[in-house]
Amino acid sequence: MTALDTASDTPWLDPDGQTPLVQIKGVTKKYGDVTAVDNVDLDIYPGELFCLLGGSGCGKSTLLRMLAGFETVNGGSITIDGVDMSEVPAYDRPTNMMFQSYALFPHMSVEKNIAFGLQQDRIPKSEIKDRVHDILALVELQDFKKRKPQQLSGGQRQRVALARALVKEPKLLLLDEPLAALDKKLRKQTQFELANIQEKVGVTFVVVTHDQEEAMSLATRMAVMDAGRFKQIGTPTEIYEFPESRFVADFIGSANIFEGRVTEDVADHVRVKTEVCDVFIDHGESVKMGSKIWVGIRPEKIRLTKADKPAVGENQASGIVEDVGYLGESSIYKVKLSNGQIIDVTAPNQLRPMSRQHGITWDDHVNISWEPSSAMLLNS
Amino acid sequence: MREARTQIAKPTQRPLHQRIMRRLQKHWQLVIVTIPFAWLLLFFLAPFLIVAKISLAELAIASPPFTKMIEWTDNGIMTIRVVFDNFTYILEDDLYLNTYLNSLKISVTSTILCLLFGYPVAYAIVRSGPVAKPILLFCIILPFWTSFLLRVYAWMGLLADQGTINNVLLAMGVIDEPIRMLYTEFAVYIGIVYTYMPFMILPLYANMEKLDGSLNEAAADLGSRATNTFFKVTLPLTMPGIVAGCLLVFIPATGEYVIPDLLGGGNVQMIGRVLYNEFSRNSDWPVAAAVAIVLLLLLVIPMMVFQYYQGKASEES
Repeated sequence: MTALDTASDTPWLDPDGQTPLVQIKGVTKKYGDVTAVDNVDLDIYPGELFCLLGGSGCGKSTLLRMLAGFETVNGGSITIDGVDMSEVPAYDRPTNMMFQSYALFPHMSVEKNIAFGLQQDRIPKSEIKDRVHDILALVELQDFKKRKPQQLSGGQRQRVALARALVKEPKLLLLDEPLAALDKKLRKQTQFELANIQEKVGVTFVVVTHDQEEAMSLATRMAVMDAGRFKQIGTPTEIYEFPESRFVADFIGSANIFEGRVTEDVADHVRVKTEVCDVFIDHGESVKMGSKIWVGIRPEKIRLTKADKPAVGENQASGIVEDVGYLGESSIYKVKLSNGQIIDVTAPNQLRPMSRQHGITWDDHVNISWEPSSAMLLNS
Repeated sequence: MREARTQIAKPTQRPLHQRIMRRLQKHWQLVIVTIPFAWLLLFFLAPFLIVAKISLAELAIASPPFTKMIEWTDNGIMTIRVVFDNFTYILEDDLYLNTYLNSLKISVTSTILCLLFGYPVAYAIVRSGPVAKPILLFCIILPFWTSFLLRVYAWMGLLADQGTINNVLLAMGVIDEPIRMLYTEFAVYIGIVYTYMPFMILPLYANMEKLDGSLNEAAADLGSRATNTFFKVTLPLTMPGIVAGCLLVFIPATGEYVIPDLLGGGNVQMIGRVLYNEFSRNSDWPVAAAVAIVLLLLLVIPMMVFQYYQGKASEES
């Protein structure tokens, strides 16, 4: 694959000169005094599976509903495929939505539910039949087309909702918590199915979710939202490995966060003095000398060793194991440092403890350490 | 040894009241079903059979004023007299036929009017905010707190030639002489639609309240405009509420007596009035009973249609 191909397959990674499918500019939505969405900007590129991630009430659903045309925009503009959407009603937009409740018509069969959207466009009957047939094959529901929604399982209903939204071949498919109503096992399986279907049909997806695992596994890019604003936009790897703020580091995965002050800031490394230890980072970051800053370290990036003597030096500290959570594939250790701070460390259980005794257990004296590349510098 | 064991296995006798309570607890479903059945049997089926019996009798100067169905002659022979004259009389006389038709016309029209006005009201209540909704529902139920008769009299005061409406219009100079409203069919329609409106709105409200609001959004999202969504989604899904509301209005409106009597005067013939006249003025109980039976049949048929519809709906779901 040439470099050019890579660029056109994933325009969001190199947006220069690419035309976004969706342009959200300075969009604001207010309900009375409450600002649900506060002056956000976002470009979404063709073929993306973009996730809006955030806690309840962060404005992610409101933003999705503004894209669908169910909510008016108080300020700013939304452009889809070059057309300003401010005067376009929901029924005329090149978008389709998959509702959290699925909103299937209970008085219509699966087939009729899916055909409903095509009938509105006055498409010839034979073509409707073919398209319904094809989409039913895609979501593997051919045998259920005569059933009513209440005769289907949750997972089947979810696929009918997806088929109904996809059959109109929208430019943009909006999914509101598409997997929230499924149980955990089915959710994991459906996650991959959804991504596969998106790849097959090539439609741009915008997914709203509160489940970070779902967002991480689905998204090409994601936006973390809080209080109506974007905290960070990036690929799942960027968001997880290079969070910009304490909020993002803490919201996505978990992180041990401690306060520090920048003591050295040169082109190829940064040094931060914290209460725990001196943190050395082996790459340049744009920080101010002497400024207050937060350091975050992911629990799985910390090495945990039994210690005879306390660790001294940068990127390491020592403490006592206060608590252990055995999860099977991994364990969580709560290590109490000498200054009283508790650090979470997760470690995969790679060895089977034949003696039924784990290597590290309660009240062990341990040293913790991490690679110079692991520490994340966060602003508040 | 063996005998001793059987003695132990024999249950000790509990006190009587405990045994009865246990029985009740065991058969509580039966008890719950029996009570309404007994009630219906005693207060609905028995009177109906009495009326049916009277409708098959002949007018007589006696007390009560009709012939007996079963008579014993001196030598112990039982004679049963069943007369269908009352029914043939009703069906042959144009007065009764026309009155039935007029009653049906008025009740069907009133039902449609109730539906046309009640549907948007129910829809508006469902869509209203959390503060407004209980207040609006309360307003629908509020008229029941005043006597029905009193409210009909109030309408007489409003609609009369020298009534409030005419007086206001005259004072404003909109009209030169009073409009005749009281003792017309118009007044009867006003009375029936006004009285039975809550019986249309409440079942519709209960039905619409269950509808998922996102269905409308889903339809719009799939390219359907509001009118189309109403006919393709909202209307079919509110059909059970429409049927229930229509029956609750249609059935009592057909047999309505007070409203046509007070607001329609002698000008509007409805079967309820005829029934009353036969019974009390003409003292012709057998004909009155026959009128009632025919009316009942007229009302039972739409009921059966409703049952059929409901059965089909529950089959589908």
